[in-house]
Amino acid sequence: MSRIQVITIVINFVLIAYIARLITKGKLREEYAIVWCICTFILILFSFWTKGLSLMSKIFGVFDPPNLVFTSFIFLILIYLLHLSVVSSKSQHSITRLTQELALLKDKMKKAEDKEKND
Amino acid sequence: MAKILIIIPCYNEGNSLPLILEQLLNLKLPPHFQMEIAVVNDCSKDDTSWVASIYPVILLDLLVNLGIGGAVQTGFLYARENGFDLACQIDGDGQHPPWELIKLLDFYDQTKTNVVIGSRFLSEEGFKSSFARRMGIRYFHWLNKLLTGQNIYDSTSGFRLFDKGAIALAADKYPDEFPEPAVLVLFAKFGLSVKEVPVVMSERLAGQSSIRNFVSVYYCIKVTISMLFIFIRKTS
Repeated sequence: MSRIQVITIVINFVLIAYIARLITKGKLREEYAIVWCICTFILILFSFWTKGLSLMSKIFGVFDPPNLVFTSFIFLILIYLLHLSVVSSKSQHSITRLTQELALLKDKMKKAEDKEKND
Repeated sequence: MAKILIIIPCYNEGNSLPLILEQLLNLKLPPHFQMEIAVVNDCSKDDTSWVASIYPVILLDLLVNLGIGGAVQTGFLYARENGFDLACQIDGDGQHPPWELIKLLDFYDQTKTNVVIGSRFLSEEGFKSSFARRMGIRYFHWLNKLLTGQNIYDSTSGFRLFDKGAIALAADKYPDEFPEPAVLVLFAKFGLSVKEVPVVMSERLAGQSSIRNFVSVYYCIKVTISMLFIFIRKTS
């Protein structure tokens, strides 16, 4: 086992431990954690199975194995960013509705209170 | 008897708000209209909320800054919930002189149009905007005609009278940023009639337009995208 393999494996395990900690503490929702877990498992798989990378590049017809790593990961990251934009748009919409509903409710409460005072 | 709600979206308009509210409260509408005023305070940093609370108006305080679209939509939600027949947006910066409202109401009485827009460009008097802004407005006129087949010259005017059908639709879905031109496509898709009435607008009393130089390119792109996507969206 080469030195870089050991380093990647150690880093990967630290990453998994950190993700697990975030989930148990309730700071990361499980649905977002899935992507991170899958990514770390792929990384671990390829740090043990060094020949796997060149084999995959041959299958996909990529000349230089590292290019396959970069291309596939940039693609994954882009998709994930898109997913995050969707999530943030959704929460923005929810915040808007909540704020509006709250303003209407506050007005209703105030009217009810004023009525009570007058009676 | 028709109940009409005046929606005044405000962001830091503490200085110009008193004048508009005075003018509105002293306004003599035709007798079959009953007016209420809703001030929507879009999380202002100044004393807008306090100023509004002095007057006999409905004050809707937003805890989070939603932008003009979200603020106006709050007014439409209120109008729908409380069974108003008409709603009119009047900006808090004094650009829309309240007495011009009567022109919109007269036109509505005659035609029963779903949406009546107070337009700066049908008459020759009053406030004129810069060249760049006129170009932008011409562009939106063209885009709007392309998508809806309607001739709306002042599609960026916020001075609008909505009837019950338009209120219900706007309460449901209203674009949150720069909503004016985009929502016209929505109205056209739902078969609501939109007409323009010439009004005279004044320069804003205080504050700045939300659309300034750097923002205007972004404005055009965003509104174009938003109009196109409302156009291709299913109306279910």
